[in-house]
Amino acid sequence: MTIASGSEQTQTDLVDVVVDDINVRVPKGTLVIRVAEQMGVEIPRFCDHPLLDPVAACRMCLIEIDGVPKPQPACAITVADGMKIRTQRTSPVAEKAQSGVMEFLLLNHPLDCPICDKGGECPLQNQAMSSGRGETRFEGKKRTFEKPIAISSQILLDRERCVSCARCTRFADQIAGDPMLELLERGAQQQVGVADDAPFNSYFSGNTIQICPVGALTSTLYRFRSRPFDLVSTPTTCEHCASGCSLRTDVRRGEVTRRLAWDDPEVNEEWNCDKGRFAFRYIRQDRIESPLVREDGRLRPASWPEALDIAARGLAAAQGRVGVLTGGRLTAEDAYSYAKFARVALRTDDIDFRARMASDEEAQFLAALVAGQPLGPTYADLDAASNVVLVGFEPEDESPIVLLRLRRAALKANTRVWSISASLTGGLAKMQGTWVPCQPGAEAQVMDDAQKDGSDDAFGAALRTPGAVLLVGERLAGIPGALSAAAALARNTGARLGWVPRRAGERGALDAGALSGLLPGGRPLTDPAARREVSDLWGVQADELPRYAGRRGSVPIAQSADAVIVAGVDPVDDPQGEQLMAALAGDRFVLSLETHHGPISELADVVLPVAVDAERAGTYVDWEGRSRSFGTAISGVTTVTDSRVLAMLADAMDESIGRGDVMELRAELATLGHWTGDRMSAPDVRPAPPAAGGLRLASWRLLLDLGRMQQGEPHLAGTARPTEAVMSAATAASRGLTEGSLVTVSTPDGSLTLPLRLDEVAHDTVWLPMHSPGCSIVQDLGAVPGDVVEVVPGGPR
Amino acid sequence: MPELPTAVRGFGVTFRTMFKRVVTEQYPEAAAKYPPKPRFHGRHQLNRWADGLEKCIGCELCAWACPADAIFVEGADNSEGGRFSPGERYGRVYQINYLRCIFCGLCIEACPTRALTMTNEFELADNNRTDLIFTKEDLLAPLQAGMVLPPHDMVPGFTEKDYYAGKVIGATDTGSATDTAKEST
Repeated sequence: MTIASGSEQTQTDLVDVVVDDINVRVPKGTLVIRVAEQMGVEIPRFCDHPLLDPVAACRMCLIEIDGVPKPQPACAITVADGMKIRTQRTSPVAEKAQSGVMEFLLLNHPLDCPICDKGGECPLQNQAMSSGRGETRFEGKKRTFEKPIAISSQILLDRERCVSCARCTRFADQIAGDPMLELLERGAQQQVGVADDAPFNSYFSGNTIQICPVGALTSTLYRFRSRPFDLVSTPTTCEHCASGCSLRTDVRRGEVTRRLAWDDPEVNEEWNCDKGRFAFRYIRQDRIESPLVREDGRLRPASWPEALDIAARGLAAAQGRVGVLTGGRLTAEDAYSYAKFARVALRTDDIDFRARMASDEEAQFLAALVAGQPLGPTYADLDAASNVVLVGFEPEDESPIVLLRLRRAALKANTRVWSISASLTGGLAKMQGTWVPCQPGAEAQVMDDAQKDGSDDAFGAALRTPGAVLLVGERLAGIPGALSAAAALARNTGARLGWVPRRAGERGALDAGALSGLLPGGRPLTDPAARREVSDLWGVQADELPRYAGRRGSVPIAQSADAVIVAGVDPVDDPQGEQLMAALAGDRFVLSLETHHGPISELADVVLPVAVDAERAGTYVDWEGRSRSFGTAISGVTTVTDSRVLAMLADAMDESIGRGDVMELRAELATLGHWTGDRMSAPDVRPAPPAAGGLRLASWRLLLDLGRMQQGEPHLAGTARPTEAVMSAATAASRGLTEGSLVTVSTPDGSLTLPLRLDEVAHDTVWLPMHSPGCSIVQDLGAVPGDVVEVVPGGPR
Repeated sequence: MPELPTAVRGFGVTFRTMFKRVVTEQYPEAAAKYPPKPRFHGRHQLNRWADGLEKCIGCELCAWACPADAIFVEGADNSEGGRFSPGERYGRVYQINYLRCIFCGLCIEACPTRALTMTNEFELADNNRTDLIFTKEDLLAPLQAGMVLPPHDMVPGFTEKDYYAGKVIGATDTGSATDTAKEST
């Protein structure tokens, strides 16, 4: 049902079975319940889930098999040749067994459907109607529990409603690898529970709510907010990371009430992470309502024509000395509009989508190996890979669906996962991965060493096996030489190379040409054929496009421009955020296209409000390079997209870049397609020599942290990992630090005090969360991963 | 006998009717003389328990049952110190749009707590649309003697099940419990 069936079944794999007097041939080993499903016979069930191992816990799917004395669970029996199966359609025995089980399941069920969030979409309700009796025969007192209990700040458990199907516990154990939920006690007292000191703080906890076949698990966020018939559902794509999850967004009267994981076997299967599920209230908070223009030093609301006019004059006055800085929020269509607007209307190539740690080396790496490349490596390639090596990439925090896929591949398909990382994380342990200890900053050296003749690095040999994949994280941009080494490693070993950015819009922006030197589809700006293809479509002369590749990096672009367009940039993401803010605050015209009020919109000369995802259609391109289009979830709002604003702005400047509607932009992107000609060569930057003294700082952003789009979600924040410093026992001992005590981490620019945890970390290395409550390494320490820090016991002096 | 002109014959009907019983009801002057039948479907009312807590649990079954899509409900969590109904859930927003309502009564059939019933009040005309969307304040039954305006706690020692079983018969002036309420059950 949900697993993409890849292999062709040969004749010999098929067996003959008879279901309800109908002869069918099905692959050997198929579960009886699946056979019935494919025939259109619906056997009632609770515990059965196609992505979880069979357990036959609920006993609802009992059927009769000829020659077997008692009814058997269809969800746990595989077909055998000549098996004669009778479902409730033709067997009174099966029907009676099912209605008996339903009666047992309802014995202790509180029947509080009117106050239950599941009411209206509840398999227990539905199947009680189809297979249950109208009246109860039970006259005793029902078993009661305290209701509800919070098993995490987000997840509420009502044990009275539970039918002990074990879907949640199996999900937590088999899929998420966070076995914090367990069935406790026996008999009527059987209940789902967590340990007192270990709440269900899994990054994937929300999935248990979705697969719970009764209302036993509900979320604090959606509690009592609506009923299924109130909701208008739209298939959407998650905007929180580059995993590309397919979601269902449910809207009630213009407001998003919840989001569910949608079924996409090729990407997220039926799962998503809690950030994608629960972080959506930012949509309503602190939005910019109308265009703003600066007058006498203050921003005041203005009409669209007035604001556009002022913006157009400001940009025109800069006469081509304009920079365009876009961030990870943008859809592929919007990024394409910025790319086109910059080249056609502004006649500049100073555009960069990387509002984060970035380097020239990375830009060259992306242009050579990622931009405009066809799909792949894909999730399916990870499933099939013999070995997957991760560098500068922590899937659990930075792209959680990659973790789920790799975990399944490692557990079920013998894929071996390697991680070149500063620490042996819980995520790597879930994937039964092999840790290649590496001080932060030394990644390039480790990869280079693995390529040397006679190297005995096991992961290097692993990459030489057929089907091996090398996944590099966006973070490697901050480590000189690392991306060069990764490119060389993949080239020399034959492994496929995947680049996993953190944000949803990055790959789309790259493919759309929102990076200097690159036209859409990965076309080099300096290639005559590429220029001709693009200029033909854009209706300009090839020589009207910028001749030379522009500047790279947000700070150089901002400092050299007389006018800057900024869209979706959050300066806290950028280690050079302070310099960027200083440049923008200087004597230059700043136009901000933004959804929410923020530090950059505060200092802009003109602010134009734009739509968030839920209010518009668009496309994200996930890390695989797969287009993930989505529709408008909240209809009837008047906000406009970045593309539409740019089209209006172009009109006001007497230029034309088209209408800016999503269908037109998609058609243009499809027309351009991928570049097949020559590309820039991969970078060849030598690693920097290691700095001396002190401890090396390792860091990445946790999944749940202080991100802008997670604000106003206290229940979600309650399930985040604690803010703590982590180092190895040996390193701690050498500095007189003990587990659980407070330590002070300092650089010349600042210091932080936080509790210490001892774990498997590379020697002379301390790990800190990058941007979590009470610990932001850029703001507090002025540091980036790989920098040298000092750690001493105790609090601030 | 020559026939009378039709115009004159017509007055015969008028003349005969002058001696018949008048069937016209004088509304609104004599409205009190003609009350609606007891089971007439009039304006809705949201009822209260004997201690003043609301019976509505915000389950939206009325909205679900409504064939005219006239009812809008939003539930919410009864919090500590903010209790409006027994149990976990109460109706935070409750609206009936009388421009849409067809007074069929399916909503009151659907109501699991008998929170929603219909009164006999039928004088619902107005001169603008907005005022015909009745909100929770318009629909809630007035406080009777012995009731205390929510939010307040349930009667101590009682659970929502006792409320549903009709065991609660009143509240004290403090809004919490009465010993008499418990004794009388």
